[in-house]
Amino acid sequence: MGLNSSLIAERFGVGAAELERWLGEALSRGGDYADLYFEYVETTSLSLDESIVKSATQGVTLGVGVRVIAGEKTGYAYSDDLSSEKIVKAARTAACIAAGPAKIIETGLEEKSGRDLYAVPVPAAETSLAERVALIVRADEVARAEDPRVFQVQASFGDSIKHILVATSDGRLAWDRQPMARLNVMALARGGDGRVEHGYQGGGGRVGLDHFVLQDLAAKFAKEAVRQALVQLDAVEAPAGEMTVVLGPGWPGILLHEAVGHGLEADFNRKKVSAFSGRVGQQVASSLCTVVDNGAIAGRRGSVNVDDEGTPTRENVLIENGVLRGYLQDHLSSLLLRSEVTGNGRRESYQHIPMPRMTNTYMLPGESDPEEVIRSVKKGLYCATFGGGQVDITSGNFVFSATESYLIEDGKLGRPVRGASLIGNGPEALKYVSMVGNDLKLDEGVGICGKEGQSVPVGVGIPTVKIDRITVGGQA
Amino acid sequence: MTPSNAHEEIAAQLIALARERGASGAEATVSAGDEFEAQVRLGEVETLKEAGSRAAGIRLLFGRKVGSAYSSDLSIDGLRRMVNSATELAEISTEDPDAGLPDPGDLGSLAGDLELYSESVEKMEAEEKIAMARAAERAALDFDPRIDNSEGGSFGSYTGWRAFANSHGFLGSYRSSSCSLSVVPVVSEDGKRERDYWYSSARRTDKLECAEYVGRTAAERVLRRLGARKAPTQKVPVVFEPRVARSLIGHLFSAATGEAVYRKASYLADKLGEQIAAPRVTIIDDGTLPGLFGTSPFDDEGVPSRRTVVVEDGVLASYLLNSYTARKLGLKTTGNASRGVTGNASTGHGNLYLQPGDSTPGQIVSSVKNGLYVTELLGSGVNIVNGDYSRGAAGVWIENGEPAWPVHEITISGNLRRMFEQIEAVGNDLEFRGSAACPTLLIGEMTVSGH
Repeated sequence: MGLNSSLIAERFGVGAAELERWLGEALSRGGDYADLYFEYVETTSLSLDESIVKSATQGVTLGVGVRVIAGEKTGYAYSDDLSSEKIVKAARTAACIAAGPAKIIETGLEEKSGRDLYAVPVPAAETSLAERVALIVRADEVARAEDPRVFQVQASFGDSIKHILVATSDGRLAWDRQPMARLNVMALARGGDGRVEHGYQGGGGRVGLDHFVLQDLAAKFAKEAVRQALVQLDAVEAPAGEMTVVLGPGWPGILLHEAVGHGLEADFNRKKVSAFSGRVGQQVASSLCTVVDNGAIAGRRGSVNVDDEGTPTRENVLIENGVLRGYLQDHLSSLLLRSEVTGNGRRESYQHIPMPRMTNTYMLPGESDPEEVIRSVKKGLYCATFGGGQVDITSGNFVFSATESYLIEDGKLGRPVRGASLIGNGPEALKYVSMVGNDLKLDEGVGICGKEGQSVPVGVGIPTVKIDRITVGGQA
Repeated sequence: MTPSNAHEEIAAQLIALARERGASGAEATVSAGDEFEAQVRLGEVETLKEAGSRAAGIRLLFGRKVGSAYSSDLSIDGLRRMVNSATELAEISTEDPDAGLPDPGDLGSLAGDLELYSESVEKMEAEEKIAMARAAERAALDFDPRIDNSEGGSFGSYTGWRAFANSHGFLGSYRSSSCSLSVVPVVSEDGKRERDYWYSSARRTDKLECAEYVGRTAAERVLRRLGARKAPTQKVPVVFEPRVARSLIGHLFSAATGEAVYRKASYLADKLGEQIAAPRVTIIDDGTLPGLFGTSPFDDEGVPSRRTVVVEDGVLASYLLNSYTARKLGLKTTGNASRGVTGNASTGHGNLYLQPGDSTPGQIVSSVKNGLYVTELLGSGVNIVNGDYSRGAAGVWIENGEPAWPVHEITISGNLRRMFEQIEAVGNDLEFRGSAACPTLLIGEMTVSGH
């Protein structure tokens, strides 16, 4: 597969010779390393509210980012104009970080061809608009028909196709076509007492429209959003204080993302500002816990063939039987820590400097039957669904917000409770994991991770897990 | 309408192309900007970033059907493609009886200098910006030997243009600038680490707090977190310092936007004219205050910015609306339309603030026998549909009116409706560090969950 199979190379006349020349400009004042990141993105978003398709938007963005690394220093510039003149200007701006004689690129660029984790024959972006509109119309109809208490439905479908091309001064040349699609449904229901509650379900991944149509996900998500809203109509105040919590499988894996994932990103550890700094080899979770980050699962939202520095993604073990094994690396951190790259160098767009980021983060399944996990709890809380979370990586304190939970009394699920945040400390919380279910599930594909102002799509997953002690922020 | 700069020219060109294509209405936005960022860590430059970019978007109406598109390709072919794409999208949308543009009579722009742009930001040399970041970090590191690490000091700046045109003949643009200085020191003691930050931001360089002050303030903040522990679970009064109090008026804003209200996805829906907060609470949105971050001559659909009293003496006085949500609710726009460069406008606030009271922050803390002073909030546990509030928190425990010991790994919970009703004291320390500002607040009772 030659460079001309890259849309960027073909459409903007970018060849190996030009790439080498621009990299030469980037290193014209010295420096250890330079890279070029080209990006071309087409997006479509459609949204429905009050059964009306009120908004339909398409857009195109393109640009190139040039980075120069000199020791621990990074120079960065970008351009949304792909003319050679503007790229040279950006390269010279980024070059200002270094101060020395020009560095000559020793190796030629070597093309990396490879696998395709998302061999979507027809990306959603290339299907007819009418087919995509049909999905949100269906979601609306199903949700409204599901229960008379539903009075408001919002549905949206968004897709994008991103083409990237990365060339580095150490000879990597990689390109990729990254489809993405996502369907969201939100429903509002009103109870007899006038109380209003909402429910939400969304999902998708690096998939085509078929993924949604063949499984009728519009109907499935609509019913799930309605179910959650109706459950909330009956919810009582959540309890407050430390207690035993059982997390259901799937999206509650956001616990791992917040409690350990961010703290294991190599930039924080290189700078020794993470609660996990210097703890490789130490016990940071119960021996039942093995946590991995894997950017190479076919079709998942957090997956990419190569990261945004051109490194192939792979499975990385973060915690093995409770022992901290390693960090998530980007190119800069791997240079400074003399460690391998792990395929976790990601960025929001060409306007952003890459940094170590998660891909799909999950806990491997254990041996317990999920029902047995619940039966083992005399008094506690079962959390089925969560909203977002956040972590202070230095203290290690993290929160994540439960949006659907039930009291557990004498081993049985009881009444649903209102939304509440759970708070814990990263290197401590997973030490209280006392049971791990055999039912690992990955989320539906809705995760967006924010770090230092940059958002990237991610996935999470977890089997049913029992945590003997964690603080629940309810009011009862 | 005669374009007075290149950005207005592109906006006007888009409107002309839309007319050619037969659109019955059109709105065009152009945004262009240059950014600079320098990050210094442990005295050494770590990152330098410098670049510019621009983009434009169009929203077209064909009767009551709407389509939008955006692009960073602003060549004439790029503009044509954008208009074609939006036209195609309008065809698959549904007739929306309320879709439209603002009434021509509502359009306009504030006169006079709003002090949104200062040459000082562009004129300051990169070397000086780096030196300020370095000095701020140095001041934090030198403050106390226990501060032995840092996530760095940084200086960021931005200058840009925004132009807007619509098919009713509105054409306008404005230029703005901003700069900010921040530092994130890290302190260690007994194997425990904590971090905190302080920052200053302004539209002109001479309005920034000096580097030493920013560094020292960050240092004081991080030091007071040392030795933090959990608190017992209990119901207590909670004091919000200004840096976190402003998030509360942000939640109230979300609940008072036209979208949330007409969908009845807000605990404030149908509450106009009702008491929704303590009588001592008055909340104002003012997009006209010169030099501030929430100020603009017109909103993102060409309606002049203005001052709107949202809550007056505890009574919900106004929702915050754009022309669409105003039509949905049978009201007038409040000039709060907001969007990126394309799509239907949503709602944004100008300078949103809670009017200061008479108490000093010290007096408020003194009035609390046993309670929590919150300095940081974590997570997203706020539900504006039913008002439920539950977030992670850190701060200082108050005993007998005195700050006693640092606390962390707790949550605070309540319900926005009750929290606003139970505001028992409002500080006199209102200060704008962004487009939302709130003085110190005392909330009578919330649930603290700890151990």
